[in-house]
Amino acid sequence: MTAENRVIPALQVEDLTVAYRDKPVLWDVDVSVPPGVLMAVVGPNGAGKTTLIKACLGLVRPAAGRVLIHGRPVEAQRRNIAYVPQRGSVDWDFPTTVLDVVTMGRYGALGWFRRPGAAERERARQCLEMVGMLGYERRQISQLSGGQQQRVFLARALVQDADLFFMDEPFQGVDATTERAIVALLQDLRASGRTVICVHHDLQTVPEYFDWVSLVNVRLVASGPVNEVFTPNHLRTTYGGRLPFLSQRADPKERAR
Amino acid sequence: MNLIALVGNLATNDTLQVVALGSVGLGLAGGVLGTFAVLRRQSLLGDAVSHAALPGIVLAFMLTGTKAPLVLVVGAAAAGWLATLAVLAITRHTRIKDDTALGVVLSVFFGFGLVLLTYLQRQPSAAKAGLDRFLFGQAAAMLRGDVVVIIAMGGAAIAVLVAFWKEFKLLAFDPDYAACLGYPVRILDVLLQSLIVAAIVIGLQAVGVVLMSALLVAPAAAARQWTDRLGVMAALAGLFGAGAGMLGAVISSTTEHLPAGPSIVLCASTIVVVSLLAAPNRGIIWQVLRHWRHQRRLGLEALLCDLLELATHHHDPEHGHSLSALAAMSGGRAGLKRRLRELHAKGLVRPVGAGRWTLTAAGRIEAARVAASHHPARHEDGCPT
Repeated sequence: MTAENRVIPALQVEDLTVAYRDKPVLWDVDVSVPPGVLMAVVGPNGAGKTTLIKACLGLVRPAAGRVLIHGRPVEAQRRNIAYVPQRGSVDWDFPTTVLDVVTMGRYGALGWFRRPGAAERERARQCLEMVGMLGYERRQISQLSGGQQQRVFLARALVQDADLFFMDEPFQGVDATTERAIVALLQDLRASGRTVICVHHDLQTVPEYFDWVSLVNVRLVASGPVNEVFTPNHLRTTYGGRLPFLSQRADPKERAR
Repeated sequence: MNLIALVGNLATNDTLQVVALGSVGLGLAGGVLGTFAVLRRQSLLGDAVSHAALPGIVLAFMLTGTKAPLVLVVGAAAAGWLATLAVLAITRHTRIKDDTALGVVLSVFFGFGLVLLTYLQRQPSAAKAGLDRFLFGQAAAMLRGDVVVIIAMGGAAIAVLVAFWKEFKLLAFDPDYAACLGYPVRILDVLLQSLIVAAIVIGLQAVGVVLMSALLVAPAAAARQWTDRLGVMAALAGLFGAGAGMLGAVISSTTEHLPAGPSIVLCASTIVVVSLLAAPNRGIIWQVLRHWRHQRRLGLEALLCDLLELATHHHDPEHGHSLSALAAMSGGRAGLKRRLRELHAKGLVRPVGAGRWTLTAAGRIEAARVAASHHPARHEDGCPT
């Protein structure tokens, strides 16, 4: 065993199987993610990417298998995990403000009955500044654009001061500027030793944005460093051979032929 | 109904004060808790719970033989909860969707309640009378004991809501995220649903099972129109509910053969209609007004641009352009003269001879600015037409 393997993984998924009404969505998945990486979870629609994240967060109950965060069950690690759900998962017409939503990230640390105060709001403002949304604190959330909504969700996760981030399609429906800003933010998080796991759809940008990748299609196809496992063969297995958009960047050998 | 006489009555009449106090309490609780039912899109669940309470009330009476408010309220709450559980079980274990499940549960429970009520009324017992007031509500029959139960339960429900405010807000906005932060979402869900059931059952005597859900939904829907803050919305909804409850109950108590439920619900509906129409920003009147202003501004800007374009063709700023030329450019004569008059009043155009118009110096600057702002890239010919 090498020294690297003895490091406790940030995320360890063992034999994870999840089923909705007898239909398996994830089957016997094993993933080990070392701390300090930026990992993409890729796979076709219905491959169970969101389910994988939700199972890691304890939001769906697995039929079999277990999930360890830094070597401990997820229930014991709530303070260390932040979550950025899909933007469309909430009602943006809810009567609340940007600052209020971001402050929600502190609710876990606050615990029962304690109300957020000046310290929590100040921390929320700092995180809004990190995502370039300072000045929008008092804005009603229905008045935000898609990219702004995404950044508010990111700020809410940052406020949690976690060291493991789960993000469900953080680039979905945002413009190029916002996408670059988010990528820079994710890379800052990695640089400060945090681990980030993103469901991602754009195969073209995987090698550029991420250094670790898991290819999922109900079963795990491969998981590891991008330059080792993000190969045409694995992609073909993941997407069932139909890969007309197989990226040239991801496939230098094929291009040379 | 004379409003002044009504207020006078309220000041002197003991019975009326009891009725007013009780209906303020149930309206307040219904409005505040209803805010969460509406935001969680569970308005229909409230309807199912209130209809389902009927068999609970009748059974509670049949089993105990008393009409003590607390006994009937407990029966109603138990049946209401059973209905909620039935809806959840049906949606979880079958392919039936929640709206259908709500419809099924509502009609089964309500039907059963009506059967029990009919059976009871055929019995030759003296104490049976009065349970049918739970159908459409009878505020006038409210006694001190009823009011005590309403205030105690309503107050407790609101107190619990305030204590768990932050948790319930999170639950209503993003339950998955609440679970990620470590909050027991299932338990919070049950707690919030229990508070809503409590708010419903305390209103049943005055408003009746058929219309009670309106007192849950209407004040919250009206309050949403006026504010973008959850706290303000809940407070406003409570205020609207209390107002509608009191006014409706008092009107019903002082009018013969007018059940309190419909009268309270009509008051609440009036608040809803006014809010839908007149609330700033969200109100329909404001939206129409904003749309109309926008249309008008666009019409003026288009005309300015048309004039600018004609002027660049002629090189002579003194050259007047005929109404027909302008009508041809903007696709019609409708409102053309009015728009020209408006621009003239602003000093942007001036008449040159009979029926011919041209831009003033200020008009040319304004037209160029408008054209540039609409199509910054094309500058010269970029006019909104």
